[in-house]
Amino acid sequence: MKTLAATPGRFIRLGAPISVIVAAIIALILVACALLASWIAPYDPTDLASFELINAELPPAFTADGDSRFLLGTDNQGRDLLSAMLYGARVSIAIGGGAVLLAATLGVTLGLLAGYFGGRVDALIMRVADVILSFPTILLALLVSGIARAIFPGAATAEWAPVILICAIAIHEWVQYARTVRAATMVETAKDYVRAAKVIGLPPRRIMLRHILPNVMSPVLVISTINLAAAVLTEATLSFLGVGMPPTYPSLGTLIRIGNEFVFSGIWWIALFPALALVILVLAVNIVGDWLRDRFNPKLRVKR
Amino acid sequence: MNVQSTPVLAIDSLRVEYPLANGSVFTAVENASLIIRPGEIHALVGESGAGKTTIGNTVMGLLEKPGRIAAGSIHIDGKRFDPARGSAEGIVLGRDVGAVFQDPMTSLNPLFTIESQLTEAMRFHLRLDKAAARARALELLESVGIPEPKRRLKAYPHQLSGGQRQRVVIAAALSCNPKLVVADEPTTALDVSVQAQILKLLRDLADGRGIGILLVTHNMGVVAQIADRVTIMHRGKVVETGTTEEVLRRPKASYAKALIGAVPRIDQRLDRFPVLGDEGKGRAERARAELRAKAERSNVAAEEAPILSVENLCVDYTTSGWLPGSKGHRFRAVDGVSFSVRSGEVFGLVGESGCGKTTIANVVSGLVRPTAGRVLYRGQSIAGGGASRRVGPLRQAIQMIFQDPYSSLNSRMRIGSILSEPILFYRLASTRAEAENDVARLIEAVGLEAEAAERFPHAFSGGQRQRLSIARALGARPKLIVCDEPTSSLDVSVQAQILNLLKDLRDATGLTLLLISHDLAVVRQMCDRVAVMRQGQLLEQADSETLFDAPQHAYTKELLSLVPTLDRIRGETKAA
Repeated sequence: MKTLAATPGRFIRLGAPISVIVAAIIALILVACALLASWIAPYDPTDLASFELINAELPPAFTADGDSRFLLGTDNQGRDLLSAMLYGARVSIAIGGGAVLLAATLGVTLGLLAGYFGGRVDALIMRVADVILSFPTILLALLVSGIARAIFPGAATAEWAPVILICAIAIHEWVQYARTVRAATMVETAKDYVRAAKVIGLPPRRIMLRHILPNVMSPVLVISTINLAAAVLTEATLSFLGVGMPPTYPSLGTLIRIGNEFVFSGIWWIALFPALALVILVLAVNIVGDWLRDRFNPKLRVKR
Repeated sequence: MNVQSTPVLAIDSLRVEYPLANGSVFTAVENASLIIRPGEIHALVGESGAGKTTIGNTVMGLLEKPGRIAAGSIHIDGKRFDPARGSAEGIVLGRDVGAVFQDPMTSLNPLFTIESQLTEAMRFHLRLDKAAARARALELLESVGIPEPKRRLKAYPHQLSGGQRQRVVIAAALSCNPKLVVADEPTTALDVSVQAQILKLLRDLADGRGIGILLVTHNMGVVAQIADRVTIMHRGKVVETGTTEEVLRRPKASYAKALIGAVPRIDQRLDRFPVLGDEGKGRAERARAELRAKAERSNVAAEEAPILSVENLCVDYTTSGWLPGSKGHRFRAVDGVSFSVRSGEVFGLVGESGCGKTTIANVVSGLVRPTAGRVLYRGQSIAGGGASRRVGPLRQAIQMIFQDPYSSLNSRMRIGSILSEPILFYRLASTRAEAENDVARLIEAVGLEAEAAERFPHAFSGGQRQRLSIARALGARPKLIVCDEPTSSLDVSVQAQILNLLKDLRDATGLTLLLISHDLAVVRQMCDRVAVMRQGQLLEQADSETLFDAPQHAYTKELLSLVPTLDRIRGETKAA
C-alpha cells in the first residue's frame, strides 16, 4: 500500500476519486510522522528522566493556561502529549503492521495448502478457521493475551507486550486471508497452466509458490490495507481495556485509556488528541482500502 | 422463396463504431449490407473479431455502450431501425425479433420452470391469459421436437440436456411469431449429433413458417448444410456475399478462399493444410533440426513395440462430503478401455463431450489416477497396477498440450521463464545461457521469433499462445505428447497453422502424438489410427483411412454422417 501511495500519479491514472487521493496522502503523512517519531518528537516520552511530575496535566499551548513548551499539553505524568502520541502512533502502526504481516503469512500459506490439496487437508484447515471465526475478535485476543501474561509474568510482560498483541490479533485475522486465498487457489489450480506444471513434474511446493501464489496475491494486498486499520483498532481497544501496551510504553490506545480517567475532571486533551489521531488514521486507511477492494473486485468493475 | 415480399431484414452500408479511451475510434463493422427475405437463412461467417456478432447484437438492439451506429440503416420487416431508441418503430425484441444465443446452459434462468420462461414473453407481448399461453407453450415444445412436452413444462432447465435446452430457447424465440430470428452461434456449444438436430429444426422453421434467420457462425460446415446465402466478414468488412453454393464452391476474394481452404476436410486426407504465407520457414526448420540432434534417438530398437499401451482402464469419479457418514456419489468416466499407440504415429481418440476421452488424456499424462487397469510406457507401468509415483525420465517422456491457450500459460511469468522451466527442472541444460539458447530454438521451432522470450503471455494471440504451449511441451524433450483438443478454441485458419505445425514437428523430431478431439475432420487430417469412444467405452479402433471410408460400428457411421461438411452443400444436393 505504501508503494502505491508513494506515487499519487499512479493513483490518478488508476482512476481514483479525489477523496481517495486525499485519504492516501493523509495516511502517508501520519505513517511518516510515526516512523520518524525519534527525530521529530520534541521529547522522548520513554526516557523517564526527561519529564517531571510538576508539569503534569498542563493544557495545550493554544489555550489560556497553556505552556508553550508543550504544544498539545501534557499527560498525568508530565509527558509531552505530542511526543507521546507520535511514539504511540509508531507503536500502534508497528503492532498493526506486524499483525497483518503475521496473519497474511499464516493465512496465505494455509489457504494455498487447503486450496491446492483439497480433501482432508482442506477440511482440517477450514474447520479450524470456522471455529476461530465463531469467537469475537476481542474475546479471542483477550484470551490469548491473558494466557500469555500467565506464562510470562511480571517484568517480562512489558517487553513481550507487542509480540503478545501481534499474536493475539493475528490469530483471528488469518482466517480471512486463508478463505480468500483458498478460493482463488482452487480456481487457479483448475487452470491449464497449473496442469501443465504438474505434467512437467514440478513438485507441489514449487507449483504453489512460483505459479499459483503470484496469481492470488492481488486480493491479499487489498485485504491487508483493510485489515491494517482493523488491527490498529483492535490493538487500541486492547490497550484501552488495559491488556495492551503498558503506560511506560504507551500506544494510542493506552493514551486514550489514561486520558479517559481525567475527562470528567475537565482534562479533556489527554484523551481527545490521541483519539482524533486514531480516528483519522483508521479512516484514511479504510477509505484507501475500500477503494482498492472495489477497484480489484472483478464483480464490481464496470464493463469497458 | 418469394422474392417480391418485403425483406424481414435489410441492412444497408452499416457502420458500427466504438470510441476508445484515447480519443480514437474503433470501427467494428464497416459498410456492411445484407438482405434477408422470409424463409431464408442467411449465414454471417468470419473469424473471431470479424464483427459478425456486433451485427447480430445491433439488429437485436443489444449493441453495448459506448458502441454506436455511425452510418447506414437497418430495416426490420420494412420498418426503419432507430439508433437512438435502439429499436424500430412497432418492432419489439422478443415479439417480432427472436433471439437464440450460443450457450444453452446460461441462456435460461435456472430458477424458473420451462413453462414460466416460455409463457412470459407471450403474456407480456401478446396479452394472452395463463391458459392460452400454456396451450401455446405446449404447442411450441411439440413443434421444436421435445418429447413429453407436458412433463417438460414443469421441469427446470437443469433437468434438460444441452440439446433440449437449446430447443427450449428456440421455442421461446418463436413464441410470439417473429418475422426474424437472430441465432448467434446456436450450435457451437453442442455435440455433432445434437447440432444436426438443431440445424434441421432451424431449416424446418424457415421453410415451414417463412421465418427469416440471421445465422451468425464460424463453422463452414454448418453454413454449407443449412444456409441459403452467405456473407463472409473479415475485420469488420464484408469480403464476399452470395448464395451458399457460389461462395463456398467458387470464392472470389483471397480471404474467402483461404478461409474455406483451411476448413479440414473429412472426405479425403491432405498432406498439409493450404495456409496463407508460411514465413520464416527456413529458420523454423533449422531450429527443428537442432532440436532433433539434441534429443537422443534411443528408440531405434523399440520402433515396433508400442510406446504406450492402455489396458482395461477404468476411472471412477466420486464426490463425497468431508463429514464422516456422508454418502459419496460414484460415476464411471472410463470403462474398460484398451488401446496401444505405436512409436512415431499420431493416434486419435474421438467422441462427443462426456465420453471420457479427456479423462484418458489425464491418466496418460499422470494428472488422474486410474481406478482399475493400467497404462504402460514402453512396457513399464506408469499408472495403475502397482505403478509408483512417476518421476524423472518417465515423467519427462510424456508431455501435454491443452485446449485453452488463454489459461495454459501463467500470465505472471515471462515466456522465457515458462519455457525454461522444464529445461532447468530436468537439467537438460548445464548453464543458464545454454537454457536460454534452447528456449530461443524452441520458440523458433514453433514459428515465432526468439525475442518472444522477453514478453508476457498477454502480448500474444490465441494461435501464438498455442504455439508457445507446444514449445513448452517440447522443452522437456518428450517422446509422446498428449494433445487435448489442441485447436478447438482457435479460429479455423489458425487451426490449420497449428495442425500443420504439429505435423511438421512430428516429422522433424519423430514424436508420437495422442490427439484427443471431438472434431472428426481434424482427426482424419492428422491421425494414422483412430479410436472412437462413447460413454466411457471404446467402440471401434482402426486405421484412419479404414475408419473413415468403411466404419464398422453403427455409432461411428452415425457420427460421420452427421458432421456438417463442405462436400454437401445445400441447394447443390438437389442439383447433383
